[in-house]
Amino acid sequence: MGENKTKTLFSDFTHSKMFWPIVALMALLLFNLFMTPGFFTIQMKDGHLYGSLFDILNHATPLILISLGMTVVIATQGIDISVGAIIAISAVVSATVIVDGGSVLSAVLAGIGSGIVCGIWNGLLVSYIGIQPMVGTLILYIVGRGIAQLITAGQILTFTSPAFVAIGTGYWLVPVACYVAIAIIIIMHLLTRKTSFGLFVESIGVNSTASRYSGINAKRIIFCTYVISGILASIAGILICSNIKSADANNAGLWLELDAILATVIGGTSMNGGRFYLSGTIVGALFIQTLTTTIYSLGVPTEVTLVVKAVIVIAVCLIQTPVFIKMFAKKKPVVQMKPVTESK
Amino acid sequence: MKWLSKLKPNSNYISIYATVGLFLVLFFSGSILYTGFFTWQVVSNLFIDNAFLIVIAIGEMLTMLTGGIDLSVGAMVAFVSMIAADLLKKGLNPYLVILIVLLVGIVFGTVQGLLVEHFNLHPWIVTLAGMFFARGSSYLISIDTIPIDNPTFVAISSYQLPLGGGTYTNISVIVCLIVVVLAVYLLQYTRFGRTVYAIGGNGNSALLMGLPVARTKILVYVLSGFCAALGGLMFTIYTLSGYGLHCNGLEMDAIAACVVGGILLTGGSGYAIGPMLGVLVTGIIQNLIMFDGTLNSWWTKVAVGGLLFIFIALQRIIVIRGERKKAIDVKVPSKPAASQTV
Repeated sequence: MGENKTKTLFSDFTHSKMFWPIVALMALLLFNLFMTPGFFTIQMKDGHLYGSLFDILNHATPLILISLGMTVVIATQGIDISVGAIIAISAVVSATVIVDGGSVLSAVLAGIGSGIVCGIWNGLLVSYIGIQPMVGTLILYIVGRGIAQLITAGQILTFTSPAFVAIGTGYWLVPVACYVAIAIIIIMHLLTRKTSFGLFVESIGVNSTASRYSGINAKRIIFCTYVISGILASIAGILICSNIKSADANNAGLWLELDAILATVIGGTSMNGGRFYLSGTIVGALFIQTLTTTIYSLGVPTEVTLVVKAVIVIAVCLIQTPVFIKMFAKKKPVVQMKPVTESK
Repeated sequence: MKWLSKLKPNSNYISIYATVGLFLVLFFSGSILYTGFFTWQVVSNLFIDNAFLIVIAIGEMLTMLTGGIDLSVGAMVAFVSMIAADLLKKGLNPYLVILIVLLVGIVFGTVQGLLVEHFNLHPWIVTLAGMFFARGSSYLISIDTIPIDNPTFVAISSYQLPLGGGTYTNISVIVCLIVVVLAVYLLQYTRFGRTVYAIGGNGNSALLMGLPVARTKILVYVLSGFCAALGGLMFTIYTLSGYGLHCNGLEMDAIAACVVGGILLTGGSGYAIGPMLGVLVTGIIQNLIMFDGTLNSWWTKVAVGGLLFIFIALQRIIVIRGERKKAIDVKVPSKPAASQTV
C-alpha cells in the first residue's frame, strides 16, 4: 500500500527552496518582456555590452554583497542592521584616501580595513559580550553615519581619479561590478559549502546550545559572521562610492540593510536562523533590483516601489509559511483502516 | 544594622534607577555648564518636544515585551500626517479626521498582528513591510508637504496651559501623560499586562498555562498601531504639516528609548515608565548639544549611540550576575536563604 511519489527532477525543483524566488524573478522578467520595450536589448557600445540587464547587474552588485553577508548573519539567529552605516564609513574612508592623493589600491585596502574594524566591533558586542544582535548593531547603525560625517567634516567628497571610478562604472565587456560579484559569490560558496564553516553556522542557528555541547566554538563562528558582513559591506561601499563618483555620508547605502534582509528572506532563509541559501539570496537581491528598475522604466513614481516591495515581500513570505500552504493544500482522502487478515 | 538592608534599593528597579540617575546627572551638568538651563521651562519643553515620541515608544514597548518589534511606527507618523493634512485640505471636520486617523492606526496594527500571530511570520519582516507600505502610501497621497491651516488644529497646537511660575505646557503633554498612566495600569494591574509579560518570558509556557496568547499577541500590535497613530496625530498638530519624509528612522529612536528605559529586547522584562524616561534622556542630550551651539549636531547621534552602548552593557552585566547568582543557589541547596533574583 502507499502511493509511490514519483521523484522526478521537476518535483524536486518545485519542492526546493529556490522554487518560489526563481518563479517570482521569472514572472517579473516576463512582465518586463511585455510591458517595457527594449528591456532585453543588448547592444555593443564603446567596446562593451550595454543594456538594461547590465544596468540591473551593475546596481544589484552592492545589494548582492551585503545580502550574502546578511544571510550568514541571519543564519546564526542574528541580524546586522549596521551594513548601511558601514557602507557610508567605507565609502568615506576610501574617498578620503583618494582625495588625499593615495593610490587606488591603498584606497580599496583602507575601505576594506574600515569594514573589518566595524565587523570586529559588531562581532565583539554580539558574540563575546553577549548583547542581542539587534541592539548591538543598532549602536553602529546610529553612530556610524555620525562617524562618517565627522570624517568628512560634513562635506560630500567628490573625486575624479579615473582608475578608482572605473571600479564602479567601468566595463571589461560587462560591468566590472559583475566580476567583483562573481568573485565574491565563488569565495562565499567555497567558504560555506566546501569548509565546515557553513555547517557550523547552520548548526548554531538551528540549536545553539546543542552546538555548544557538541564542541562547536559558537562565539568564534558568530564573531566571524559579523566580520564577513562588515567586509562585504565595505566592498559594497567602495563600489557605490566609485559609481556615483562621490562619498555622501548621509545617503550612501541608505535603507540598503532593509533590502538586504528582504533579499535574504525572499531567498528562503528564515529569520529564525538555521539553514541558509546563498543562491536564494542572490535571486532575491536580483529580484529586488529588477523590481526597482522595472518600476523606474515604467515611468511610475519611485515612491510606489516601496508599496510594491511591501506587498511582494509579504506575499512571498506568506507562500512559504506552512499555515498558508495548509489553507490551499488538497485535502487528502481519509484512508480506511482494513482489519489485518491472517492469510499471507 | 538590619535597617541598612531595608535601605538597599529593590534590585528589580536597577535599570529604572540608572535611567533616572543619568537624567539627573545630565540635567545638573547642563545647569552648571549653560545659563538658562536650570528652569522648569526647559523640563516642560522636553515634554512638549518629545510627547509624541513617548507615546510611540510606549506602543513600541508593548511589542518588545512580547519579544516582537514594530518597525512601522515612523512611517505610520508620516502616513497619518499625510492623511490628516489631505482630509483637512478637502474640508473634512477636524474631529472626524482625528477619528479616521486613529482608526487607520488600529486597522494597520490589526493586519500586522494577524500576519505575525496567525501566519507565524516574523515580526521584523511584517513590520518592515508595514513600514514600506505606510511610507509608500504617504508618498502616493502627495510627494510635497501639505501645510495644515485648519483653525481647530492650529488652536490645539498653540494652546498653552500655564503651570504657574511662568512655565507652560500644552495639550500633547497632557495626552502623553494620560497614555503613560494608562500603560502603567495596563501592564501592572490587568490580566492583559501579565499575559504580555508571560508571552515575553516564554511563549510556549504561557500557551500551556492557558493564557490567551494569540489574542494578546494580536492586541499588542493593535495597541502599537494605535499609539503610532496617536503619536503621529500629536506630531502633525505639533508641526502643522503633512509630509512623507516625516520621522524617517523614528522607529530606531523609539527602540533606543525603550532600551535606555530598561526594556529587554528579548521580551518579558521592563517597566512601563521606562520608555518615557528613555525619551527624556535622549531628549536632554539633544538639548545639551543645542545649548552648546558649537558642536556639530551629528554629535547627538554619537552621544546617543555611546549611551545606548553603556546601557546595554549595564543590562548585560545585571543579567549575567543574576544568572550566576541563580547558578550558585542551585549548587548550594542546603542554604535556606531566600535570595533576590535580579
